Amino acid sequence: MPPEISLPASLQDVEQVRSVRTPARLDYEFTAGEASSRFLKGITQKKIIGQRATPESRVYVPPRGADPELGATTPIEVEVAQVGTVTSFCMVNVAFYGSVMELPYTSALILLDGADLSIMHLIQEIPADEVRIGMRVEAVWRDDADIEPTLESIKWFRPNGEPDDPNVRIPGEDHGTGLGSWVGGVAPTEALIRNPRTGEGGQA
Amino acid sequence: MTEQDAGAILSAPLIIEYPFKRTTGPVIGAFLTGLREQVLVGSKAADGRVIVPPAEFDPVSGEDLTELVEVGPAGEITTWAWVTHPHEKHPLDQPFAWALIKPDGADTPMLGAVAADGIDALATGARVTPVWAEEREGHINDLTHWVLEAEGGAA
Repeated sequence: MPPEISLPASLQDVEQVRSVRTPARLDYEFTAGEASSRFLKGITQKKIIGQRATPESRVYVPPRGADPELGATTPIEVEVAQVGTVTSFCMVNVAFYGSVMELPYTSALILLDGADLSIMHLIQEIPADEVRIGMRVEAVWRDDADIEPTLESIKWFRPNGEPDDPNVRIPGEDHGTGLGSWVGGVAPTEALIRNPRTGEGGQA
Repeated sequence: MTEQDAGAILSAPLIIEYPFKRTTGPVIGAFLTGLREQVLVGSKAADGRVIVPPAEFDPVSGEDLTELVEVGPAGEITTWAWVTHPHEKHPLDQPFAWALIKPDGADTPMLGAVAADGIDALATGARVTPVWAEEREGHINDLTHWVLEAEGGAA
């Protein structure tokens, strides 16, 4: 119990303050760098352009300018498809500051055809609880007049009507950085998820 | 890497903001309530000193401090520093002073911004009075700044 406080007469009959705003705010000028700038310029032409280090190495979307496996720059540009597969998702049921989405909604990792790295984006035009791993989705762009150099120029992804991909790869799972994978056509449940560091769990 | 002209690199404003709220507890809450009501309060320590802004614990014994008393609101500058070039986040956009101000009846000073015509208008020991925001919500900014009593402050 907090101690009893005695107030001066002037404050005895007014409503007491119980909480106070203490916002933390940082103003930056963000410089995208060369790789992201090239990617975002592709977006203004409604193209999704990844980068790779060699003709055989992984295609990174969005590109960050380097291949972390090879330790090499990624000078080769590759346009990837605007359709892909959901590799993971999260249904959002809690409102947070700054969010304009109607609840519930689903945010997903989407592995675009031709890419080796998932991008995170919204899934819409389907009830949130029907989104699933392996679902095939396509990009939905803003109106042409509203296209800007931002990934938000893609409004969201929606189901494209193709059957689910039961063999969807989780980027990285084949070399020890993934958190789970489809095993024998079975979705990664908690019981099946393999610890990539120890190799425990799941079905090797 | 190929040569790129500087215009090829994109940049944009990036603002990161966390809209934190924190609970005040009864002592700081009373201080902020006072600001909303245009009243300054301090806490009475075991040795009789009045601490402003109020402290939750006695600085000597560590005991709970529970008696809040009204001070000021006018007071006296105990020390100060002149700001020649105000920062955009400062409370005043003209040159001003950050000062420690001891409200009448208090034994400790509190920090505040003092508006003055110039560095020569200020002195340690000068009398100042608070200027309150028109709309107050129980926040430290309810007391926007201080002015010299001689210059339009309620003497």
